[in-house]
Amino acid sequence: MTEGQVVELRPAPVARPKIMPDGVMGMLIFVFTEVMFFAGFISAFSVVRARADGVWPPPGQPTLPFEQTAMNTTLLLASGAVTWSAWLAWRRQTGKAATRLLVAIVLGAGFVALQGREWVALLAQGLTLTSSSLGSFFYVIVGAHGLHALAAISALAWSWVKLRKGELPASAFATVQVFWYFVVLIWPFIYFQVYR
Amino acid sequence: MAHSSTAHAHEHAHDHGPQGILKYIWSTDHKIIGMQYMFTGMFMALIGGFMAYTFRMQLAFPGADIPLFGVVSPGEYNALVTNHGSIMIFWVAMPVLIAAFGNYLIPLMIGADDMVFPRLNRLSYQIFLLSAILIIASQFVPGGGFGGAWTSYPPLSANPAYNLTGLGATMWLLAVALEFVAFLLGGINFIVTLMNARAPGMRAYDIPIVVWMIVIASILFMLSVGPLMAGAVMLLFDQTLGTGFFDPGTGGDPILWQHLFWFFGHPEVYVVLLPALGFVAEIITVFSRKKLFGYKTVLYTAVATAILSFFVWAHHQFVAGIDPRMANVFTVTTLLISIPIAEVLFVIIATLYRGSITLTVPMLWALAFVAEFLIGGVTGIFLGASGADIYFHDTYFVLAHFHYTFFPIAIIGTFAAVTMWFPKMFGRMMNEKLGRIHFWLTVTAFNFIFIPLFILGTAGQHRRIYDYNHFPQLATEGLQDLRIVATTATVVLLLSQVLFLFNFFHSLFKGEKAPDNPWKSNTLEWTTSSPPPHGNWPPDAMPNVYRGPYEYSVEGREDDYWPQNQPA
Repeated sequence: MTEGQVVELRPAPVARPKIMPDGVMGMLIFVFTEVMFFAGFISAFSVVRARADGVWPPPGQPTLPFEQTAMNTTLLLASGAVTWSAWLAWRRQTGKAATRLLVAIVLGAGFVALQGREWVALLAQGLTLTSSSLGSFFYVIVGAHGLHALAAISALAWSWVKLRKGELPASAFATVQVFWYFVVLIWPFIYFQVYR
Repeated sequence: MAHSSTAHAHEHAHDHGPQGILKYIWSTDHKIIGMQYMFTGMFMALIGGFMAYTFRMQLAFPGADIPLFGVVSPGEYNALVTNHGSIMIFWVAMPVLIAAFGNYLIPLMIGADDMVFPRLNRLSYQIFLLSAILIIASQFVPGGGFGGAWTSYPPLSANPAYNLTGLGATMWLLAVALEFVAFLLGGINFIVTLMNARAPGMRAYDIPIVVWMIVIASILFMLSVGPLMAGAVMLLFDQTLGTGFFDPGTGGDPILWQHLFWFFGHPEVYVVLLPALGFVAEIITVFSRKKLFGYKTVLYTAVATAILSFFVWAHHQFVAGIDPRMANVFTVTTLLISIPIAEVLFVIIATLYRGSITLTVPMLWALAFVAEFLIGGVTGIFLGASGADIYFHDTYFVLAHFHYTFFPIAIIGTFAAVTMWFPKMFGRMMNEKLGRIHFWLTVTAFNFIFIPLFILGTAGQHRRIYDYNHFPQLATEGLQDLRIVATTATVVLLLSQVLFLFNFFHSLFKGEKAPDNPWKSNTLEWTTSSPPPHGNWPPDAMPNVYRGPYEYSVEGREDDYWPQNQPA
């Protein structure tokens, strides 16, 4: 017998609303894991660069094109902003959502294409996966981000198809967006940490 | 059996799933998936146990022809110890403690009909199964299984010229990575299910503590696994594509892997500890017939442990050449983390205090957990202090210490949970007498293995040595006798598991029929039939929750328990 135990009187149980749609919450948790994944890469890269004692880039290796990549970065951020405006348009039923989403997809694909062109140029300058620790980190980190971008763009394209048919559930659209915003917003960190 | 009661507006429709035998291998039912994880984990435990037998025999009788295996070569010895550790942690502790019981218990204990993402759940198990097949297959490729220790430190692990097990190393790495993907999917499911699918009326503090523990462990896993995945990609590239992330020759850094590994590896200890503590708290409460002492204390303590566990990892690297000032910081955080864990043990003892205790088999296991884990915790203090660790590092003292944490967690915790929830899972009771004999044999043999190893470690016996005859000061008769004691106890420990397996499978088919609530427990899983139907409760009778899970011996009530779903 527990002494002094008070039995609480409660109102009748009611079903609670969900905190947020299941898919969105699941994707948010996944995104936290992804943030830690990239944090692992970036911190490892920072450690290796710090140990190079100012000799950076490593001898015989090109400097990463910081200024040119600003263009790619702008495209990606613009794509994120347009996706958001597509979502607002979709919620208000203005009929502009599909067009805006398509613009966002094109901008995102443009980012990936420009990144690809940059890789070709860097490979020509002698920066390869095995040429130095800079090359190894660059291709692995930026490549991992690029794969994420391709996956997210495919999901956006799927959303666009469904949206045009009028079959896109709000929770699915929101889930896809969460992943796309992750891909967009992690990029500036990679850009400033790796390219500079 | 499509359900969606008014209380559970699920967005998805359940697939009925295939019938017959396929029902069991292609099911999306959380109970079946939980059992798949449990049986796979048990099978892997047999493999891991057999590996322990082979290398313990080699240490006690160097060069002997070992029954059922033959002569252990030095390379095989490395592969055996590496894969014993990897299998026991990644393919036994993780799947059984978190995946099996998380899957089985969470929906039942919170009054849901299934996980929120049932197909993701099935995919999680299938990826896990693939990873298990891969790690077993890696034992039989040319060169044999990976022999670079379960921590896989480069440069040994990064270069086939050093570890001589090129293919085995890559398969090991891929298997571990796949296994993490499986738990990632499972963990997302657990967290979202707890947040969004609780029975009407179940508030945050009405959630059984074991559910909290499994979910906190899942969050901890999610947040810590990312950097190791990054490290695994880098190591994989080092092994296969010739990059030099961890190779000092090309500007890389081998210590980097240690940081990435232990940033995950230490939280991982708490990932498996928290669920086991949860089982123990549930069992102790039920068999003390008392309210859990300090529910909120346990919950907040678990959260504090989880947060602190992110700041202790470098205590594994005190002798790896890290800055001594950093070692001081990590000594402090490491000693700090013993406070919340001690708190939970005190809470458990306070729950026992003046309870009306019944020594059932699950209760015996739960009490043994407290006693044995305490030894693991106390010896950890020596290793957490960087001064003492410089002497103890990489000796059998370390080995005995972490077996005194992992054995209570993964083996004692699992037996506690299996004997507790067996009646619910299979609708039969296990044999009590066999259970007690198995309990005493296992716990006694366990102590006879690892107390000698503490002594050997203190005497300076280094880990990962194939044959101590090469080290005259360690090849004395006294030390060899201790090795033989430990090996004999290992054999006894493994043989006594036959009793458990017999009891398990015999009870499964021939055991006494279990009532719905054999332990007179309060939590929701005991309010449905044993075993529960698909959907857990009839669709029109999903439970509502009126109170917390630990209202035992409430004044003025005839029964000494008060199920959560009974209206006041």
